[in-house]
Amino acid sequence: MIKLIVDNNEIEVEEGMTVLQACLDNEIYIPNLCYLKEMDNPPGSCRLCLVEIDGYNQPITSCTVKVEEGMVVRSNTEHIRKLQRTAFELLLSVHHVDCKNCPANRKCELQRIAKFLHFGLKLKRLEPLDREIKVEGDHPFLEYVPNRCVLCGRCVFVCKKKNGQAMLSFAKKGFDTVISFFGEDNSARVSCEECYACAEICPVGALLVKNSKRSAHQRLAKNNNSQRPRPSGRGLKKGNNSLAASIPTLPGGALKGGGK
Amino acid sequence: MNDTAEDEEDAMLKDITSMLTYFEKHRGNLIPILQSIQEKHQYLSPLALQMVARHLKVSSCDVYGVATFYNQFRFHPPGEHQIKACLGTACHVRGGDIILENFERKLDIKAGETTPDREFSIDRVACVGCCALAPVAIVDDTVYGHMAPSKVEGLILGFEIEKEREKRKKQSNESK
Repeated sequence: MIKLIVDNNEIEVEEGMTVLQACLDNEIYIPNLCYLKEMDNPPGSCRLCLVEIDGYNQPITSCTVKVEEGMVVRSNTEHIRKLQRTAFELLLSVHHVDCKNCPANRKCELQRIAKFLHFGLKLKRLEPLDREIKVEGDHPFLEYVPNRCVLCGRCVFVCKKKNGQAMLSFAKKGFDTVISFFGEDNSARVSCEECYACAEICPVGALLVKNSKRSAHQRLAKNNNSQRPRPSGRGLKKGNNSLAASIPTLPGGALKGGGK
Repeated sequence: MNDTAEDEEDAMLKDITSMLTYFEKHRGNLIPILQSIQEKHQYLSPLALQMVARHLKVSSCDVYGVATFYNQFRFHPPGEHQIKACLGTACHVRGGDIILENFERKLDIKAGETTPDREFSIDRVACVGCCALAPVAIVDDTVYGHMAPSKVEGLILGFEIEKEREKRKKQSNESK
C-alpha cells in the first residue's frame, strides 16, 4: 500500500494505480472523459483530469501518472479549475447542446462535469462549431450522432477489449474526426446485437441502440447492472433531482447559423 | 456503363490480390500497401481496404481509420477532368476557399470526391508555385490564375459545351 496526500487528505491505495483512479476510489472526483479503469495506457486526450503534483513544474494529466509514496497532489486549486473549464469549454464547442431532445439527458457525463465545474452548458466565449458531417457506413443496430460525440474513444476501447478486434474506430482527422463503423458486412455484425458495449459506455449519447430510440443508458438502468459505478464526487450529491433543472438548455436549433 | 465500371473494379481487385502476395503479413506494411495500391489504381475502393484488412489480419475499420487520416489517400476514382483548387497561403488570403466552394457547389461534390458520371473530380492542393496569380485552380494540367466565381462557371460551362459538341459530332457521324 502507498500513502499519498490529495487536497490535504491522506489516502492509501495499492501500488501501480494511476493518480486519477486513486482519487476516484477515495471519493475525490476529478473530471474525466477518456479514461477507463481497465486501460493500460490511458490516452490522456480529454485534458480534464489535470492536477498539480509536487515535483512536476506544470499541471499533469492524473490518468497518466502512477501513484508514488508521499506524493502531494492538488486537484482543486483555482489554476487547475481554470484549465479544466477551458478544456471543457472546447469540448462543448463541438457538442451540439440540445439536452431536452437528447436521450442521454440527465445521465450525460457533460452535464455532470458542467455541474461539478460550475460551468454553464451555454457557450459564452467560444462560437459553437456546428459540423456538417456525412455519416458513412450504415450499421444495422447502432446509430451514431457525430455532433454529440466528444471523441473520448471509450467505445473503441471497449469494443477492442470485448471483441479482440475493434469493429469501430476513429476516422479522418481534425474537426472532421468521427467514429466509423467502416468495413465488415452486416453478417459480421450480428454479434453487435448481443453486445452494445460501445453504446453503454458512451458518456454523451452519441452512440445509440438503433430503432428502439432509447439510449443504452436507459437500457442499462432497466437491466440494473451498471458495470462502472459513476464516481460520486465532492459537490455532486447523489440523487440530486435538481441537476437537470439547474442546467440551462437551449431550444432546438439555437446553435444553427453560428457560422464560421 | 455500370457494367464496365463493375468489370473495372473486378479487374482491380484481382490485381490487388496478386499485389498483396508480395507483402508480408505485418501491420507495419499497412501504409506501404495502401500507397502501392493507390499508385497503381489511383484510388482506394472500400472493397480494396477490406482486402488489405483481411491480408494483414486487422479489422477493416482500423485500415479505414489509418487511410482516412492521411491526405495522400483518395477514396474516389479520379474524374475525366481533374480540378485542383489551391489553398496555399497566398491563395488562401486571396479567397481560394471561396473558389473551392464554388467548384464544390457547382458540381455538387466535396473536395476529394468525383461526380457520379465520373466527369469531374475536385481536390484541394497546397501551393502550386505561382502565388502571384492567386487564387489559382488547375484543371487538367492547365493553370488558371486570378480565379473568380464567374470563371468557375465559365470553365464548367466550357466543358459542358465541349461534351455536347462531341456528342453531336458522334451522332452526325453515325447518321452518315
